[in-house]
This record gives sequence, C-alpha cells and structure tokens, in this order.
Amino acid sequence: MTEHLLHFFPNGLARYLIGGLLIGAGVALLFITTGRQGGASTFLSAIWSSVLKTPFFQQPLLRDSRRWRTVYAIGMLLGGALFALFGLPVEATHVPAWKFAIGGVLIGFGARLGGGCTSGHGICGMASLSGGSILMVCTFLGTAIATAMLLARFGV
Amino acid sequence: MNTSSKALDHFATLASGALFGFGLAWSTMIRPESVLAFLTFDDLGLLLVLGCAVGVNLLVFQLLPRLRARALLGGAFETRPFCLNRQSLCGGFLFGLGWGICGVCPGPALSGFGAGLVLGNVDLLVVLVSILLGALLHGLWAGRVTDGPAAF
Repeated sequence: MTEHLLHFFPNGLARYLIGGLLIGAGVALLFITTGRQGGASTFLSAIWSSVLKTPFFQQPLLRDSRRWRTVYAIGMLLGGALFALFGLPVEATHVPAWKFAIGGVLIGFGARLGGGCTSGHGICGMASLSGGSILMVCTFLGTAIATAMLLARFGV
Repeated sequence: MNTSSKALDHFATLASGALFGFGLAWSTMIRPESVLAFLTFDDLGLLLVLGCAVGVNLLVFQLLPRLRARALLGGAFETRPFCLNRQSLCGGFLFGLGWGICGVCPGPALSGFGAGLVLGNVDLLVVLVSILLGALLHGLWAGRVTDGPAAF
C-alpha cells in the first residue's frame, strides 16, 4: 500500500512537506501580524494603479493596498533570491518561451477575472472555508489538469 | 499609522513574502516542470505543498480571530472580497488554461524570477511580464465593459 502510494512521489515527500509548511508560515505570518490575506495576484492589478488613472485601476481596493502588496511581492522575489544565494538547488526550466508568453497572459487575465490565484483562492480562500474559493480551485485545477494532459498526449 | 509602526508593518509584510517565496523555492514549485508533473499525475507533490500550506492557515484563520480582536500590529482581520459568479468561473477557466500550458502561477513567477536573478538566468522574465500584461488587459477590459470602479 505504502509502496503503491510512493509511486506517485518519485522525488520523495520531504521537499513538498517542508516547502508547503514554509509557504503556509509566510501566509500565516502576514495574517497574524497585519490581519491581511496574502494572495499574490491582486498585486498584478494594484501595481498598474500607479501609472493608470482609469476608474478601474483607481478603485480603493487596488489603490489603497498597492503599497503593502508591492512590499509583499518584493518579499516573494527576495525569498527566491535568498534560496539561490544560500546555494540551495534550483534547476533550470526547459519550457519554451512561447508557452510562457501565451500562458502568462491567460494566467494574468484569468487570475484577475477570477478574483484570485493559487495563493488567494487556494491557500487563503480554502483556509477561510470559502465555498466560492473551493469551487474556483476545482475549476482552475480541473482545467489545468485537462490542458496539461492534452498537451502531453499530443507531445506539444 | 506613525512612522515606526509603518516600518514594522513593512518589515512584517516583507518577511511574510520572503518566507512564502523561500517555501515556493524549497518545494520546487518555482520550476514549471514540477507543477506540470503534478498536472499530468507523474508526481503529486503539489498536493502535499498545497495541503500543508492550507492546513497551517486553516488553524490560523479559524482560531486566531476567535482569540484576538485584532492582528498583532493592530490591524483588523480582513476577509476576502470575493463573489462567485459566471465571470469569476470564466476567470478560473482561463487561469487554469494558462497554468496548464506553462506550469507557472503568479507566486512562483515572482519567487522563481528572484532565484533566477541570483543565478544569472532570466527564463521566467517572459512569463512574469506576460502575467502583468494579462492583468493590465483585464483591467482595461473590465473598465470598458462596466465603465466604473465597481468592475471586478
């Protein structure tokens, strides 16, 4: 039974358990100290509020949270940089740039239209036991699995 | 907020983000291949990552507001301003499509780009810029169709 389960984890469990706990600790620290829900993707709209003066980008939800969301995003960048600086292993990616270009636009547009991403709905929303967020996670996870499976099947 | 509590707030926010980003790197989720391996069921690690992160915060989000009226630095405990409708489900679908194509989501794009900067590779720059562009397009589009700040 155990052996059968481990078949689905060819790289072991430790990196995932430790990484997940650290991620959780980051989101928890933000909530405990500031009361904020630490999703990553509102930052993507909030950052544009500094250059675009349209009503959408100037709505208080974006404008007033821009500062902390930017600090939080810089923190995430810094976290990755520190990991590499400590000499911990980071493997290069071989995903072609065209997939990043197309996928990226869909991710940015979709995360904002959907009101959250893997951290907002996936971590904060689910930890808040929000039924809407749980349904959103099922939607994007299901779509992503179907997409990745199809692309792999056709060797794209 | 006075200057010192503002500085403390920024420091806590930066440290939280850094812990998050460090964890993403540790879990290897900053490598798109790790995410794609989950989506094709070759390595279910992402489930453990998400499970641990949600587990920790399930405790914190559910218990802390019952024990304390305010957060440590004095702020109110916020709730997510989210309403589920057909539009947000479309958003989830588009997000899933993009995630399935390239295996990156906003958090790992930031953390992975940070790690890449140190190592001298900017592979994730394309996806980070594209994600920001997608959010820009959404804002311009949402502003046009509903013509007001209520658009979300």
